[in-house]
Amino acid sequence: MTYPKEYRYTREHEWARVDEDGTVVVGITDYAQDALGEIVHLELPSEGDFVKKGDTFGVIESTKSVADLFAPVSGRVVEVNDVLVDSLEVLGEDPYEEGWMVRIRPTDSDELDELMDASEYEELVGELEE
Amino acid sequence: MEIFDRAAQGLVMNEPLIFERSVPGRFAFSLPGEPDNAEACVQVIPDKFRRKTRPLLPEVNEVELVRHYTRLSQWNYGIDTGPYPLGSCTMKHNPRINEAVARLEGFTAGHPYHPELWLQGSLNLMFALETFLGEISGLPGVTLQPAAGAHGEFTGVRIMRRALLQRDGNPRSQMIVPDTAHGTNPATCAMNGYSVVHVASNDKGIVDADSIVALMTDDVAGIMITNPNTLGLFEEQLPAIAAIVHAKGGYVYGDGANLNSLLGRARPGDLGVDIMHFNLHKTFSTPHGGGGPGAGPVGVTEALERFLPVPRIRKAVKDGGETYYLEMNNADSIGRIKAFFGNFGMLVRAYAYIRELGPDGLKQVTDMAVLNANYVLAGLRDTYHVPYDRLCMHECVVTDKYLHKVGVKTMDVAKRLIDYGFHPPTVYFPLCVAGALMIEPTETESKQSLDEFVEAMLTVAKESLENPELLLTAPHRTRVSRMDEVRAARQMELRFQSKPE
Repeated sequence: MTYPKEYRYTREHEWARVDEDGTVVVGITDYAQDALGEIVHLELPSEGDFVKKGDTFGVIESTKSVADLFAPVSGRVVEVNDVLVDSLEVLGEDPYEEGWMVRIRPTDSDELDELMDASEYEELVGELEE
Repeated sequence: MEIFDRAAQGLVMNEPLIFERSVPGRFAFSLPGEPDNAEACVQVIPDKFRRKTRPLLPEVNEVELVRHYTRLSQWNYGIDTGPYPLGSCTMKHNPRINEAVARLEGFTAGHPYHPELWLQGSLNLMFALETFLGEISGLPGVTLQPAAGAHGEFTGVRIMRRALLQRDGNPRSQMIVPDTAHGTNPATCAMNGYSVVHVASNDKGIVDADSIVALMTDDVAGIMITNPNTLGLFEEQLPAIAAIVHAKGGYVYGDGANLNSLLGRARPGDLGVDIMHFNLHKTFSTPHGGGGPGAGPVGVTEALERFLPVPRIRKAVKDGGETYYLEMNNADSIGRIKAFFGNFGMLVRAYAYIRELGPDGLKQVTDMAVLNANYVLAGLRDTYHVPYDRLCMHECVVTDKYLHKVGVKTMDVAKRLIDYGFHPPTVYFPLCVAGALMIEPTETESKQSLDEFVEAMLTVAKESLENPELLLTAPHRTRVSRMDEVRAARQMELRFQSKPE
């Protein structure tokens, strides 16, 4: 499993990537999609919704279980990945690029510093796998 | 009998949808009077209430109707077919005496609109059942109204909210829920306007009282805790946790889903629980699965009794005789929770079960449920990974960790077990354990039946190392082999549509 170096990570297995325009793209990690298994349902917020760091911004359901999605930063949702509406398999095939979920304009970009970097996250996953 | 021979293939008929059996003009009923009396019967209904188009109902005769449902029933697997070790669901045998009692005419012919005088027997039974549940739980105020466990949770937290509101003028906004809770607990919080504060269990699989100290603020209404929890472990620190919650003015909600392992041995009320629900359809052996109906009575402490739903059943002693009546007036009550008095048929069955067994019998239920779960755990321990390897209560949790190296996962084990004629255990729950298989054998399985289940589990583990493909493509002996679960969940066809002519 891979964890891109330039991404930041939550303990709840979301990733966050800062783009050049300052917006933050959010998705779930390779570990998360693998642990969930085959995904059958996804609920995401709408454009314009406000999400708060640590609060749920959506729900993901697989053939195994249902899990909440937790926002890595606070801010306004400026874009939602429409591709996922019909093609949930993308989450399993390419969780870090094509499988992105929402784009958030953060209210406080310092919040990103509170997230884990790739090596810290990999350590967490290692502990969970034990 | 060899475990391989436990399940066999047999002739089972394919059966189309009943709509596909339909032939215009066939019917399985007769109306009074002349054979062509249907039109006359319709005329009795005023024109404005008559539908203008024919309903799309299947037209079959009686024998086809009977065969249709009999054939479908033969595809089924239930507790009457074989063991059903579905963890957290308590799929135990439903004693037939319950059914005999529930079919007594005095109960079946009653109607909630009958005057109280005609319903004395039913009211007496309900009053007695409330008393029994109060004694079993140590929570003296009981309502039988809620229709199922989750409905009982809703009722209980509603009472908590109302009690806080009345005492402080502020219902508070948060609720503590451990990671070993049932999924209904967070949902109940949401339904009652509380946000959830999660607390992780410790390395022994239970909640630490120390972790509650920091979370239990003035804005927390209380805690919803399941004991034993969904790992099948006894919450040893519950009295300390309750003391912390109470000191901050909060309440302890006890999820009664696992009461099967406490009967006659421990009373939630004595452990510090203020409010709990009883799943009559689990612990008290009323039928469930496939829609129930369930029954989720709620018990509360004496201090909270005045908040219970109305009507309450009261007893009056007059001229040496006892009569029962319904009391509606109570300004403190949270109000009605369900029409009439709950799922009455279930109440009769639960009453029959309690009376049949008595206090000693109920204690034996719990002792056997706990013994059976530990017996299964002992049989699996060397072959399956046990995340919290200690004495369990009425259920045990193992995982697929040792099978990962051959690419076999929990779901594959579950599917292969079907080939040996067992309903699979609960899978991937509780969520705090990766790849969980949660096994609840219940007290009604014999030692032979438990031995067969363990042997099947060990055989499946052995097969996974020798021939993993056998598991990955299981089940093989069922009418339909492994489903495409993603398509089944995403492309559902739930409604019959006739083919275009």
